[in-house]
Amino acid sequence: MAKTPVQFRLNGADKAVFVDGGENLLNALRRGVGDMSTKFGCGQGTCGVCTVLIDGEPQLACLTLAETCAGRGIETALGLADGPNLHPLQTAFMEHFAAQCGFCTSGMLMAAKALLDRNPSPTREDVAEAISGNICRCTGYEPIINAILDAASKRGGQASREQGHARV
Amino acid sequence: MTVQVKTFGSMSEAAAALASDRAARFFSGGTLLMRAINEGDTTIATLVRSTDPGCRQIRNEGARVVIGAGVRMVDILANRDLAFLHPVARVVGGPAVRAMATVGGNLFAPSPYGDLAVALLALDATVMVQGAYGGAQQTPLEQFLAGRDRAGSSGLVMAVSVPRPASPDAFRFRKVARVKPKGVSVLSIAAHLPATGGRIAGARVAYGAMAPTPIRARAVERALEGRTLDAAGIAPALAAAAEGISPPTDALATAWYRREVVSVHLRRLLLGEGS
Amino acid sequence: MLEFRKEYFKDERDDRLNEVGQPRQRQDMLGHVTGRTRYFDDHAFEGLLHLKVLRSPHPHARLRAIDVSAAERSPGVKRVIRAADVPVNKNTLLSLINFGKDDEPLLAVDKVRYKGEPIVAVVAESEAAAYEALTKIRVDYDPLPAVFDVEEAIKPGAPVVNETYPANTFEYHEKYNHQKLRFGDVERAFASADFVVEERYQMSPIEHAPTETNGSIAAPETNDRFVVHTCTQALFFSLGTAAKLLDVPSNRLHFIGGTVGGGFGGKVDSLTEPLSILGAMLTGRPVRYVLGREEEMQYGCPRGAERHYIKDGVMRDGRIVARKVTSYFDAGAYTRLSSYGAVKCIAHVPGPYTIPNVHADSYCVFTNRTPATAMRGFGITGVDFSLEVQMDKLAHKVGMDPMEFRILNAYRDGDMKAHRREAHNCALVECVQVAAEKAGWPIRDEYRRMNSLTGGGGERAAIPATATDEAGRIGAGRPASTTPTRVPAMPIPPPSREPQPAAAPPRVAPPPRSAPPPAPSPPPPAAPAPREQPKPAAPAPQHGATRFSSVFGTRRR
Repeated sequence: MAKTPVQFRLNGADKAVFVDGGENLLNALRRGVGDMSTKFGCGQGTCGVCTVLIDGEPQLACLTLAETCAGRGIETALGLADGPNLHPLQTAFMEHFAAQCGFCTSGMLMAAKALLDRNPSPTREDVAEAISGNICRCTGYEPIINAILDAASKRGGQASREQGHARV
Repeated sequence: MTVQVKTFGSMSEAAAALASDRAARFFSGGTLLMRAINEGDTTIATLVRSTDPGCRQIRNEGARVVIGAGVRMVDILANRDLAFLHPVARVVGGPAVRAMATVGGNLFAPSPYGDLAVALLALDATVMVQGAYGGAQQTPLEQFLAGRDRAGSSGLVMAVSVPRPASPDAFRFRKVARVKPKGVSVLSIAAHLPATGGRIAGARVAYGAMAPTPIRARAVERALEGRTLDAAGIAPALAAAAEGISPPTDALATAWYRREVVSVHLRRLLLGEGS
Repeated sequence: MLEFRKEYFKDERDDRLNEVGQPRQRQDMLGHVTGRTRYFDDHAFEGLLHLKVLRSPHPHARLRAIDVSAAERSPGVKRVIRAADVPVNKNTLLSLINFGKDDEPLLAVDKVRYKGEPIVAVVAESEAAAYEALTKIRVDYDPLPAVFDVEEAIKPGAPVVNETYPANTFEYHEKYNHQKLRFGDVERAFASADFVVEERYQMSPIEHAPTETNGSIAAPETNDRFVVHTCTQALFFSLGTAAKLLDVPSNRLHFIGGTVGGGFGGKVDSLTEPLSILGAMLTGRPVRYVLGREEEMQYGCPRGAERHYIKDGVMRDGRIVARKVTSYFDAGAYTRLSSYGAVKCIAHVPGPYTIPNVHADSYCVFTNRTPATAMRGFGITGVDFSLEVQMDKLAHKVGMDPMEFRILNAYRDGDMKAHRREAHNCALVECVQVAAEKAGWPIRDEYRRMNSLTGGGGERAAIPATATDEAGRIGAGRPASTTPTRVPAMPIPPPSREPQPAAAPPRVAPPPRSAPPPAPSPPPPAAPAPREQPKPAAPAPQHGATRFSSVFGTRRR
């Protein structure tokens, strides 16, 4: 069966893969390109572990038809660091213990990046909304929300903390 | 065995391709079709796509707004003319799903999905369908939904035309889900409640996840006619909340549960109580 | 913030702590945030094949016929795997430690016992090709009556779920259909208690729902071994299980585990490794077998449903004098770890309290549900929750503060536990006191002055003469003690409120049982020769002494 060539930019670099008809972007990234940071969790758009950015917007790689990405710019967790220097979100996740098993972390980081790139001063509610499509079974979400707010404040935006939310 | 993908520049070409291949499916946002492919649905042999920019347009036509089938939930949320639909678009999926899911696709979403279609049904939207031979047809959404799952139905949804609500407060929507802010509907209710002199005239009430497609709650509509929106005025409508309705049992809730709680949520919607 | 209350038990330990209490970064955290942590699926193999499984849609059915011919011819299919292809098609997880009988096939042979049970596996060039082939397999089912409730399953005439255990209960040491704990005489104590409270507690199965589904990739290595990347939490379990089912020496299997994308106990049953390895053996190529999300929910093993009946006798002054617990663990269709869960339950009854009369039975029951497995303290969390809710109800019954009620009944150092072990290093009293302080929950001075080190032992160290059970056995009594059924009085302040009016009848009718209830008999005049060695007067446990272990029997390990 003939395969379709697809060219796109991945974390700033030109990539080309051959995909089967109907193949999703998740498979194209993992098996085609070798970027394993994006994960499979459900295949139905519920868990969010496959969240990537396409032209700056959060999308689910498992529901994206690979060939629709021709000519577009894709970002995954592997592109967050600047060489050896971690992105503020990555540092914040480490400092706040915002991961345990780590399986949801790539998707969480991309959802968080999509938020901060658009809204540098999110409220706690904005952050909860931004990660509402990402399921975490380990942390209980609070360390993740705290990490994102912390990263926002360190980047120069003012992270306004919602009144009445106690820091556990 | 592998899926064939055919991409066309214009919606009319895509419509022709669909008409000539009964097994082909139109690929819009992908949130429904890719899920089916991922889960092993081997009946999907061909996907037809269109890159026509026209299907992503939102046109303000005064009393009505025309929304292209390819308009996504995030596009609705970014458009001030569609502010009345923001409460609906905001609760479809999570942020990533909203950046993918389209208006056209939502019309085909099986229960318990399809919250936007529920809202459009209450607003008396019409669907613009392109047939195989280039002719465009306007069908009331209710009629469209009744026939959408019928085998052999062809034609391509181009756009949806929605009348603006009579007043800012006239259109109400409520999504009932166990997980917030993002969750699948246990049920959803949309209501357009135009009023003259404080009394309801020509209400349209639609339910989601209470039937195989979004449906109108006609008994509720009749019971609201001429009434005021206060506890006494809505009592007959609440009593009729489940009349003529056979809700489904699914992984989220039983038919019994849905029938039990629909009047509670209807009351909150009509009285404007907090969620 | 972590707070140390070093004033407690300070004479018992060296207090210098270098690591405990310091925040330390996880060794894998950098990998997590850079997307570089490797999970089982993050390994590329040339020529990778995909395995999908046909599963039973019925909870209970005979398999009359299976036709895979069309599937074998389906495009992209490399191999179809049947029950007959499995070298050793019967196992139980704990055969690794010689506990229990082999009862579960890797692929169903003539019967399916739960919805989702694997019947046929297809190995193909792509997932789509494998799904396509599954639709072409024809299976003739003969549905059978099914049972989904533990008490229904043990009634006479219930459908037999698992022929290895025809009474639908697991057999311990091929003789006993339950775990048993006996201490004192609960029926006599109930008869003289001021109040009797009887309740039923139950829970449904609970799904782990890890974000990473169960899966593995197996591939031939150059040295006639198979390398297996797996999500397992239990590398040696999985290696041993695969070696047994596939009848290969374990040194032909090279298991590589590592980071688990959420386990919580749901990745110890080796659900995918045996088939992915068998697929690699039969095709000579790497094979990947990963559960989809719906499979993970339906077929992935849950924490099993539980039901606990708790009947307590309590005195007006707050002392619990008798506790009777009957526990049912829903193992689903096969044993897996539920046999062990029932043992753990018995080890936790009656809770961290000194109660002079205890009677407990714990059953591992088979039903036509998905086989249950470990999850976060399985066997314990459900019964502990039930016991603690019961403690609150008792406190309410006697009109006592629930914190003080627990302090009153808590075990102290030197007390004899129902398991015939002396309690040491008790700390419940102190935990309750500090919890109350932190919660701003007032407790009276007398209770704030109590501690685990005083008030225990003495007559509370007695092993009472114990009522015979249905099989005429008793527990060994300690010769020195007399009048065993009452806990000797210790200074107890009066309850703060008026207790409830006189003994209310039990609120829940006792459950129907197939076995008749034990007839309580008076304690024997003299302790007959016990089966085990009598305990020496000094309480120190001796290694090497013959002991009876619920898991290993009377063998010494």
